Amino acid sequence: MTQGKASPETSPGVARSRAWGPRLGWDRGALARRVTRLPRSVKWALIGVLVVLLYALPLLELPIISTPDTDFGAVLFTVASYVLVALGLNIVLGYAGLLDLGYVGFYAVGAYTVAVLGSLQAQLSWWLLIPLAVIITTISGILLGAPTLRVRGDYLAIVTLGFGEIIRLTALNTEWLGAAKGITGVPRPPSVDLFELPHLEWEGATALIDLDDTTTFLSFGVADQAPYYWLALTVIFVVLGADRMMRLSRIGRAWEATREDEDAAELMGVPTFRFKLLAFATGAFIGGLSGALFASRQGFINPESFLLLLSILFLAAVVVGGAGNRYGVILGAIVVAYLPERFRGFEEWRLLVFGLALLLLANFRPQGLLPPRRARRAQAVDEQIDSMEEGKVRA
Amino acid sequence: MSFLIDNFVELTVTGLVLGAVYGLVALGYTLVYGVLQLINFAHSEVWMFGSFAAVWVTVAIGLAPGSALPAVVGVLLLALLAAMAMSGGIALLLERVAYRRLIRLDAPRLVALISAIGASFALAELMGLRDRVAGWFGLEDTLAPYVSSARDNTRFRNPLDTEGVFTVGGYTVSNVDLIIIISALLMMVALDQFIRRTRTGSGIRAVAQDSEAAALMGVNRARVIRATFLVGGVMAGAAALLYLMRFGVTRWNAGFLLGVKAFTAAVLGGIGNVRGALLGGFILGLAENYGSALVGSQWRDVVAFLLLVVILLFRPTGLLGESLGRARA
Repeated sequence: MTQGKASPETSPGVARSRAWGPRLGWDRGALARRVTRLPRSVKWALIGVLVVLLYALPLLELPIISTPDTDFGAVLFTVASYVLVALGLNIVLGYAGLLDLGYVGFYAVGAYTVAVLGSLQAQLSWWLLIPLAVIITTISGILLGAPTLRVRGDYLAIVTLGFGEIIRLTALNTEWLGAAKGITGVPRPPSVDLFELPHLEWEGATALIDLDDTTTFLSFGVADQAPYYWLALTVIFVVLGADRMMRLSRIGRAWEATREDEDAAELMGVPTFRFKLLAFATGAFIGGLSGALFASRQGFINPESFLLLLSILFLAAVVVGGAGNRYGVILGAIVVAYLPERFRGFEEWRLLVFGLALLLLANFRPQGLLPPRRARRAQAVDEQIDSMEEGKVRA
Repeated sequence: MSFLIDNFVELTVTGLVLGAVYGLVALGYTLVYGVLQLINFAHSEVWMFGSFAAVWVTVAIGLAPGSALPAVVGVLLLALLAAMAMSGGIALLLERVAYRRLIRLDAPRLVALISAIGASFALAELMGLRDRVAGWFGLEDTLAPYVSSARDNTRFRNPLDTEGVFTVGGYTVSNVDLIIIISALLMMVALDQFIRRTRTGSGIRAVAQDSEAAALMGVNRARVIRATFLVGGVMAGAAALLYLMRFGVTRWNAGFLLGVKAFTAAVLGGIGNVRGALLGGFILGLAENYGSALVGSQWRDVVAFLLLVVILLFRPTGLLGESLGRARA
């Protein structure tokens, strides 16, 4: 967070990169500096307010962002599960640089573990199912990664894509796994009904407390989806913390080195294969967790829930947001999951618009909405070298 | 097992037919990959648009069944031309809209993949919404035979009647089977010669080998890239007509699975390798057929993907290696 203290304005390359940065109309560097300069207590207070706001979102029923056509709590849960998946895929793709087109496979393994062991073949308790799902998914990640991670870049993409499809088709064709008709009665998280929380009701710009429309705190039912969102949000915060710790540790640096130049990293003594496998397993862990949550919210899963298309949406979320930056990735997931739900009124056109939006974003914001700081630094250095090579400025 | 042995010839012939289509579509992936090292995800939509162009031509002409042979051949040729033109045009459009800017910026390859995925979504949806699009211009009644029930299967009425030509091992090989396999082989040979002998072909090879050095030697890189997309698109258009002659149905989202399979075929043969594409296509088609005869047709796609995984593990650059640039003149 020392970005503001150095004075990069003195070097022409970096000054030029500024002009590239704020194309959205705001200088992120300045905003980041202003936030960094705030006293620690104010910063924590700000974070606290943000967290409370996020938890309160389904109750606030804010006029513009609420979805008129579907239950807002359900939409928020969908968005949250996309965010979770995107955080997991970001470790694989953004940190370790492994293109995984079959990420939905892990999501499916997590969901199927909960469904099969919780409803179809056994009736284990939900508290046991979630850890079990995560463990099984992580093991499947290692089993899948061990042979395939030796394959280079683009081939890895197609091999993982193949594995994702194999998992779905196996579920589709195996009676033991529910086959095409899927699995019903997936256990929901145990409810503890503590108290009722009222929703707000908006009349123009004034908010009224609507005592008829309430959410029971921590009642995981069918009608009101807000508790699932709270659960997912909590998981996201935990994952974010772990993500941050991993990124700043030796593991994170090893991933970065592997991604940038595998041979150089290997020569420097980084056991690249083991770190790639670790990234794959960590990604699988988070994907499986997300799938398990999805299944226990949905109550019903079938192979149709895990189409290859979903992998592509996850990938789009990560790349659109800015692979390698966890907040960028969250933003990308929100864009990919929320926009189609918000505009369900335009049902027919939304995928067309989504495709065009991806096309435009990729072309006009190739670094992602929020590129990782390293990418911005690298871009600045590149531009500096270019301008020096062209002889426009002296070093 | 006995099912496989009893129907061996039929499985082989239909496998080769399917493989020919895979191989021709795989060419588009392989060429673009060879030149740009990019997975052209939207190539499946290029194929899909070509298939609709072929359907529209037969609808427009509306040949009565059992017409004279010259008329049938004429209609098929027209459909072929239309499909090739449509696919080639869409491929060029893709290059312009989804790739050109990113190539110039030297953006990360992943971003180009996302751009192509976006284009693929948009193109498929556009076809699925063609009745609505026609509605904007108040043409949905005039164009009804072309645009109605846009989300359903669209049937292709093959003007050529399927007839048996000769019988081997209990299976009668039809004229359509022969046409498909032979024309795929012919087109592959023609393309191979085009890449090896013509000026544009050596430009493509040069850029594939070392794009910067090629540019220094006076190769117009932008033109070569356009040519690559065009050639891949034209081949996909031909594949679309051949596919329709045998399988008879297309729809707005039919490209996706076929595209994944064709890409698998390209990787199988060694991506970037023109001959590998056809070989990969044939092997994939055969393996799918034999495999589904052995373990049940519901496992068809699993067989295809497992084959891919196994081959990549033991031969990481595909069967024939990646060698668009290294192909000898």
